[in-house]
Amino acid sequence: MIVSLPRNAVLGGSLAVVAALALSACGAAPDNASTKTKDGKTAATATSAADFGGMDALVKAAKKEGTLHIIAVPRDWANYGALIDGFQKKYGIKIEDESPDGTSQDEINAVTTRKGQDRAPDVLDLGSSFALSAAQQGLLAPYKVASYTEIPEAQKDPQARWYNDYGGYISIGCDDKRVKECPTSFKDLLKPEYKGQVALNGNPTKSGSAFGGVYAAALANGGSFDNIQPGLDFFAKLKKSGNYTPVESTPATVEKGETPISIDWDYLNAGYAKEFKSKGLDWKVVIPSDGQYAQYYSQAINKDASHPAAARLWQEYLYSTEGQNLWLQGYARPALMATMDKAGTLDKTAAAQLPKVTGTPSFPTEDQQSKAKTVIAQGWGKAVSG
Amino acid sequence: MTTALPRTDVAPVASAKRRRRAPGWLAVVPLLVFVTIAFGLPAVAIVNGAFSVDDATTGATHYTGANLTASLQGPYLTALLGSVKLSAISAALGALLGLPLAQAVVSSRSRWLREAVLTASGVLANFGGVPLAFAFVATLGNAGVLTVHLGLKDSGWDLYSFWGLVLVYLYFLIPLMVLTITPALDGLRAQWREAALNNGATGVQYWRHVALPVLAPSLLGGLVLLFGSAFAAYATAAAMVGSAVPLVTLQIADALSGNVLVGQENVALALSLDMVLVAGLVMAVYLPLQRRSARWLDA
Repeated sequence: MIVSLPRNAVLGGSLAVVAALALSACGAAPDNASTKTKDGKTAATATSAADFGGMDALVKAAKKEGTLHIIAVPRDWANYGALIDGFQKKYGIKIEDESPDGTSQDEINAVTTRKGQDRAPDVLDLGSSFALSAAQQGLLAPYKVASYTEIPEAQKDPQARWYNDYGGYISIGCDDKRVKECPTSFKDLLKPEYKGQVALNGNPTKSGSAFGGVYAAALANGGSFDNIQPGLDFFAKLKKSGNYTPVESTPATVEKGETPISIDWDYLNAGYAKEFKSKGLDWKVVIPSDGQYAQYYSQAINKDASHPAAARLWQEYLYSTEGQNLWLQGYARPALMATMDKAGTLDKTAAAQLPKVTGTPSFPTEDQQSKAKTVIAQGWGKAVSG
Repeated sequence: MTTALPRTDVAPVASAKRRRRAPGWLAVVPLLVFVTIAFGLPAVAIVNGAFSVDDATTGATHYTGANLTASLQGPYLTALLGSVKLSAISAALGALLGLPLAQAVVSSRSRWLREAVLTASGVLANFGGVPLAFAFVATLGNAGVLTVHLGLKDSGWDLYSFWGLVLVYLYFLIPLMVLTITPALDGLRAQWREAALNNGATGVQYWRHVALPVLAPSLLGGLVLLFGSAFAAYATAAAMVGSAVPLVTLQIADALSGNVLVGQENVALALSLDMVLVAGLVMAVYLPLQRRSARWLDA
């Protein structure tokens, strides 16, 4: 690229220095981390509201920061829009939502590449594997919300660096007007009448719900948490029969009738149903009778959050009765659902609207999941290409 | 930004005294600075990342060829070959169809037609991504307007296949070819044609022995450009065919930013490096051929 003159070494060196300066000069974090709590701890190391001296003190500290930076949170995803508005109204803290359609990996990248900048996200909503790996890398701050003890054991990190927030089941959404008889199981999907109509919302090597779809198909076809191969075989069969369409289903493709049957999280499908009603579309949502697969997302706080108090207040809000019920109104199943049901604080009307499931959800372990992912990464392309 | 360069602060009087002009390479410095920051640094980062592996538990980084090895086998290799095949075929078709179209426009002598076609090509050549995919889905997809209207499904039409994707790519590749080849066609002189015909050549012979050899370098250049455009395209394919057509750009996206695979970033960087190498190979074929070019057209 550069001719080798002796002077160029100097030139290149000075360029690198200038570039480094230019790159590091943007957005140094404001010194919010020094907000002192009652016992001299800083907000950035507070592990519960008590460390601030109670909720009121936490609210005060958060209000002083005035902003909360969240990332990869779509407003139409599990009622997040209402949660954002509710939080802003209640505490008068401005929420900046960056790249709403981002993925878990994008969130992790934002945390690692913007260490110490005020543009770094304060809180994260991650797929469980990403939460685990971020905790391992030491990116997350341990913090126990008031209701931490009530979150089921299997759904939280013992050190409170992350815990499940909301989740759902893999469901089959179906356009009742275009499809004569809506499928209710994976087995149904193979019927010849659904030619070119069955879609996922993405690629299971990238999209969490598509991955869940393959897992559910595996459970429906004699597979298990340890064995996702039957799920791949099922989709290969679906592709061969001509029923599988590789288009990523979005509200737009559903509306156009391009993806009249879409496998997706029940909270997304049920949310679409509500949205489509006004457009004269009858979107039916069922949880497949032969393969029930549930998955939860996890909440976490960025260890280097530039608004540490606001980040912690956001968590308290999400895990309050109000926050959990808002998720429920978005057809998502909040982590505290069972406890709130017992305590009588659950929004009964919203709970009654959820697609029906039988039994309690069980989850694959991290090892089982990573094994399944390897199988998918290796085999998905082969299963559906051609 | 300013760089601490020697000699820039030397007063012009001093250099006049020494009867020497500032060295020529000074003029290139702004470009070099820009290239270093916009291209050099990312390139170094890619190469560095492609050869390093982070240990998830300790956070330590060590250098290895494992990522590159992984990126050249199994589904990754399939995707890389799939991308090369798709790009080569679409580029060849784009060039084949774009050349006669451009020639028709150039030889029509109608100013109005020429302006219209070139402007439209400029717009269409840059039409891509999800909007393009969705336009085709709504028109020619399984429930597309034309598919339903003409009953294409019965004749076995499937947009979500290799050839469907080629068709969509041609939508922006043909205009791109028209844009690149038109100036070269303008350079073909009427006198050459007349001279060939006066010597008893047929139209076909004129094209075979005069026009095409002169055009060859520009044609190749267009081919390379088309190949590059198709090779790098991502969003259109992602929205339309997902993984039904294996493509390297889709694999990079899955590994780099997804909700499923954890810790594959460096393999993604290795895949990017593979792409750079393929592009480099293509250029290595093209550049020597380009050398014998400009002679004719610039004369």
